[in-house]
Amino acid sequence: MKYLLLIYSNESSWSGLSEQEQGQMYEEYMDYTRSIHRSGHYLGGEALEPIATATTVRVRDGKTLSTDGPFAETREQLGGYYLVEAKNLDEAIGLAARIPSARFGCIEVRPIMPTPPMD
Amino acid sequence: MDLAALYREERPRALATLIRVLGDFDLAEDALQEAFAAALAQWPQDGPPANPVAWLVATARHKAVDRIRRAATLAEKREAIAAEAALACTPNVEEETLTDDRLRLIFTCCHPALAPEARIALTLKTLCGLSVEEIARAFLVPGPTMAQRLVRAKRKIRAAGIPYRVPDADDLPERLEGVLRVVYLVFTEGYAPTAGEARLRRDLCTEAIRLARLVRVLLPHEPEAVGLLALLLLQDSRREARFDGAGDLVTLDDQDRALWDGDEIEEGHALAESSLRGGGGFYGIQAAIAALHAASARPEETDWRQIAALYDLLLRRHPSPVVALNHAAAVAMADGPARGLALLDDLDRSGALAGFHLLPAARADLLRRLGRKAEAAEAYREAIRTVGNAAERRYLERRLREC
Repeated sequence: MKYLLLIYSNESSWSGLSEQEQGQMYEEYMDYTRSIHRSGHYLGGEALEPIATATTVRVRDGKTLSTDGPFAETREQLGGYYLVEAKNLDEAIGLAARIPSARFGCIEVRPIMPTPPMD
Repeated sequence: MDLAALYREERPRALATLIRVLGDFDLAEDALQEAFAAALAQWPQDGPPANPVAWLVATARHKAVDRIRRAATLAEKREAIAAEAALACTPNVEEETLTDDRLRLIFTCCHPALAPEARIALTLKTLCGLSVEEIARAFLVPGPTMAQRLVRAKRKIRAAGIPYRVPDADDLPERLEGVLRVVYLVFTEGYAPTAGEARLRRDLCTEAIRLARLVRVLLPHEPEAVGLLALLLLQDSRREARFDGAGDLVTLDDQDRALWDGDEIEEGHALAESSLRGGGGFYGIQAAIAALHAASARPEETDWRQIAALYDLLLRRHPSPVVALNHAAAVAMADGPARGLALLDDLDRSGALAGFHLLPAARADLLRRLGRKAEAAEAYREAIRTVGNAAERRYLERRLREC
């Protein structure tokens, strides 16, 4: 099964880190990514620019409305994701628990809905 | 032959295996229902098969294949192909496999990714074979709400890929704890009901003990699995003595110990010892305490010093306000009411048990024994304001009148 691992954390906890600590965290993420690549779980993953760069788009009555910022203010923000292949939820939980941010933020594990083939 | 009774007995075992083979709760339940209908038609004429579970599993499997073949949509057809591949191998219905399947299933039903109330409901429905209506009545929830809860849980198991398996050694301790908690909650709901029908309550205790036996047979070296079974047996051994003819609660001191179930005590005692030898834990230590109570022929022979020491151990390993309350009550018995009251007053000031009737009830009891009647009466009144269970309320009111 495919799972999306959504990484949530408080952005200020990242900006509060020293340069050295940020470098260390970056290394940890690189190690993690490499390891799930090797184990064959990795399907994709990216980090996101901070929430201050977000734009929310809606279409109402045919008109496109763009607004600054996310649609909901929350204490923890989506900062990145991994798309993984896992045997079952237990394996996906195991992968999520090893993401460095899981130690201070949280990871939402969402199964990808299977789509019938387009024909 | 009582087919309905046989079905009720065998259904959970057949269902566990079918859920594993078919990978789908609903398909398994529907197919088993059809198989039972076939049994109703066939068994009275031909006599029951030598192995009813194997018969039900095999028949249900054929019914499931029929259902899958009849499936209309493309998406269902795709699933059907996958399911049929799984069905190609004949399910093993040896005794050992049936038991293993039930263990896998209990870990699925008690998975931490499911809502806590759904875990209990799903366990009772799937592993104990209680009907949705019975579970709803036991937990004082409207039937449709309970049905919805079960539908949602089953949908999540399927969509989120919650596996049917006993967790790896790494995850086992944490996951086993979750399973034991569900079993314990099923029991306490039956033992100290917040409300509801007496017969259903009894069923919940019986089912909890049955589940605890299952887990223990399968994980015989887990001291906490042994401890939980010991604890349930020892608590259950007092069931006949806990209420008087009028349905009023009888405290441990006043219980007729001749009514205690000697077989359950004997088995529970041995298990409690074995759990403690294995290191004990939350359930094992409580079982040892229950075993000490059970070992005293008369209340005044109770070894309160050892009980207080065990509560002290429990409090250090698993600190919680309720454990602290029990510890204080045991200290009061071992070292006198004044010492116990001091501990209860600390607990009261911490506010951790605000609104829980047992704290003022315990304070009232000690104040009464210290002869501080006015304060005792005030504490009884506070307890009565928050108590939920009718029998316990009548007990407190009786005590208040004595002040």
